[in-house]
Amino acid sequence: MNDFLARLRRLDERWGYFILVVVALLFPIIVRSDRWIQVANFFFIYAMLGLSLNIILGYAGLFQLGHAAFYAIGAYTTAILSTHFHIPVFVLLPIGGILAAVFAILLSRPILHLRGDYLCIVTIGFAEIVRIALRNDVSSLVFLANIPGLAFLKEKLEAVVITGGPNGIMGIARPRIFGLVFRQQWHYFYLFLAFVAFTIFAMRRLENSRLGRAWTCVREDELAAEAMGIDTVKAKLLAFALGAAWAGVAGSLYASWVTVIAPESFRFWEAVIMFCIVVLGGTVTIPGVLVGTIGMIVLPELLREALSNIQQWRMLIFGAAMIFMMVVRPEGLWPSQRFRRELELARETAAPGS
Amino acid sequence: MGQLLQQLLNGLTIGSFYALIALGYTMVYGVLKLINFAHGDLFMLGAYLGLVTLMGLVVNVGLSANLLIFILIFLIVMIVVGTVGVILERIAYRPLYRAGRLPGIVSALGASIFLQNGVMLLYGARYRTFPEEFKRAVPEVMWTFGGARLTLMQVMMLVISFLMMASLYFFVNYTRVGTAIRAVALDHDTARLMGIDVNRIIVLVFIIGPALGAAGGIMVGLFYGRIYFTLGWSYGIKAFTAAILGGIGNIPGAMVGGLLLGLIEALATGFVSDAWKNAIAFFILVIILILRPRGLLGERVAEKL
Repeated sequence: MNDFLARLRRLDERWGYFILVVVALLFPIIVRSDRWIQVANFFFIYAMLGLSLNIILGYAGLFQLGHAAFYAIGAYTTAILSTHFHIPVFVLLPIGGILAAVFAILLSRPILHLRGDYLCIVTIGFAEIVRIALRNDVSSLVFLANIPGLAFLKEKLEAVVITGGPNGIMGIARPRIFGLVFRQQWHYFYLFLAFVAFTIFAMRRLENSRLGRAWTCVREDELAAEAMGIDTVKAKLLAFALGAAWAGVAGSLYASWVTVIAPESFRFWEAVIMFCIVVLGGTVTIPGVLVGTIGMIVLPELLREALSNIQQWRMLIFGAAMIFMMVVRPEGLWPSQRFRRELELARETAAPGS
Repeated sequence: MGQLLQQLLNGLTIGSFYALIALGYTMVYGVLKLINFAHGDLFMLGAYLGLVTLMGLVVNVGLSANLLIFILIFLIVMIVVGTVGVILERIAYRPLYRAGRLPGIVSALGASIFLQNGVMLLYGARYRTFPEEFKRAVPEVMWTFGGARLTLMQVMMLVISFLMMASLYFFVNYTRVGTAIRAVALDHDTARLMGIDVNRIIVLVFIIGPALGAAGGIMVGLFYGRIYFTLGWSYGIKAFTAAILGGIGNIPGAMVGGLLLGLIEALATGFVSDAWKNAIAFFILVIILILRPRGLLGERVAEKL
């Protein structure tokens, strides 16, 4: 297994992507099963989410366990604007992304100075606040009318329905381009494939950009990065904004694909999946994130097929597999050389308590 | 006035549950710098095992549900869950001590999924209720003062939690082993040089934390009367919030954080809106962390990530 992976890694990455794209283009024709094309679509959505979280968690090394919030903001932006104002989905994609980025900047600016685990709980908290707000809708704010002087708000607030509460929003418009409406699973397959391909392209460019290298420095040693003249606050903010924007776009795509969204689609569990995608595959590398997505999204579906007679054991085995994978390969399935060296260095010098 | 007092009492009760669970997070974090996301599920396991042993001893063996039985059940469940904690540490965490932080978190999340689904397979996906007769084991005494009600059950739970927290506090601060725990929390290598068996201390922490969580689980089950297999996540996130609120790694901090969180929630339920209580709790957490980045009782130490 190790040997095989090592040989794979030595191949030129671009050839690897070329082969992947060819295989992907043929996938729906070969498979001809709506169910597996649907699984592939989920793979694409989560690959985008994983790659977007990778900016924050991988490149910049910021503990973010609330990524589902930005995914939700993108999805709800699209859902609300498309059902209320009938704006075409392709116009809404960037809007969803930008709105998620704005939220990310507003949220992360005051908490950027928090370290590691404190940041982790704040992001979880933010994601919960977003989910609760979506679930409660504006009308639940009627308690504000109890404040003296605000009683006039009562009727106004009660009438407002924006997020649809626990039921969510139905009837989100499907994407449409040059008169072609995306309906079938394979229509979406090619749409998502294009987006994922573009994401990978953009991430590769970003990785080696000035900003990408700045993130690496911030992750490895914030003090040294600052001493080298990197604006660490700006670098971290940009990581949050870009990561959130891309998650927002993924959310928009998701909303236009399933056409029904509810707050329960954006639970803590979703953020956990995204987190595991990034770490399981090997933090920082793009192929690592893709491998992680296979592990977290495709593997459970394969288990569903393989274990059809012991169906209920599926998630039990899945949880055990997560532990096993980490214990056997703590650096992830497809680690970057740099990250591996960082781990080795940490192993040699620092004990966990120091 | 009566309502305020009532909400304060409720908040104190819920808060003491949070505090008990938060201690497990904070102790493990103290010695390993690891967020044990499976801790909430150990708490949930405690609640289920509490129900099962209670049913087993009272319904099957036919013992009457008196106080002695309750103490016995607490002991059994705490020992069993403590053992599960040790096994978990041995399998899922020990191989990862030197692998950085992220793999440990994913391993813990895997353990959490494993425990949740294990309990679901064993005891079913539907919620389980604690039979009413168990509540009657505690005499139904109730005090009313200033418009607020306080039951004997509530008083007993408060007493049990505070006793446990106080004994933990004294154990950690005034015994030799406690000193060793604090030494390991500060620096593994130096502790080892002082002749402390670091791995044994870690194992000890993985017994104490889950055992306290399990006690919290039984009490939550008895207090609310119904338990479900996802209980671990809803309470786990709250308790983790409490630990962070007080300053993670700090034992009195976890107690203060837990009680404070319980009070915030109860007041939010009573005076603002039940639907928004969690959002309000998290909002206050964010505000406190902006003002005090290391929590209420957290020390200012330079942290190397």
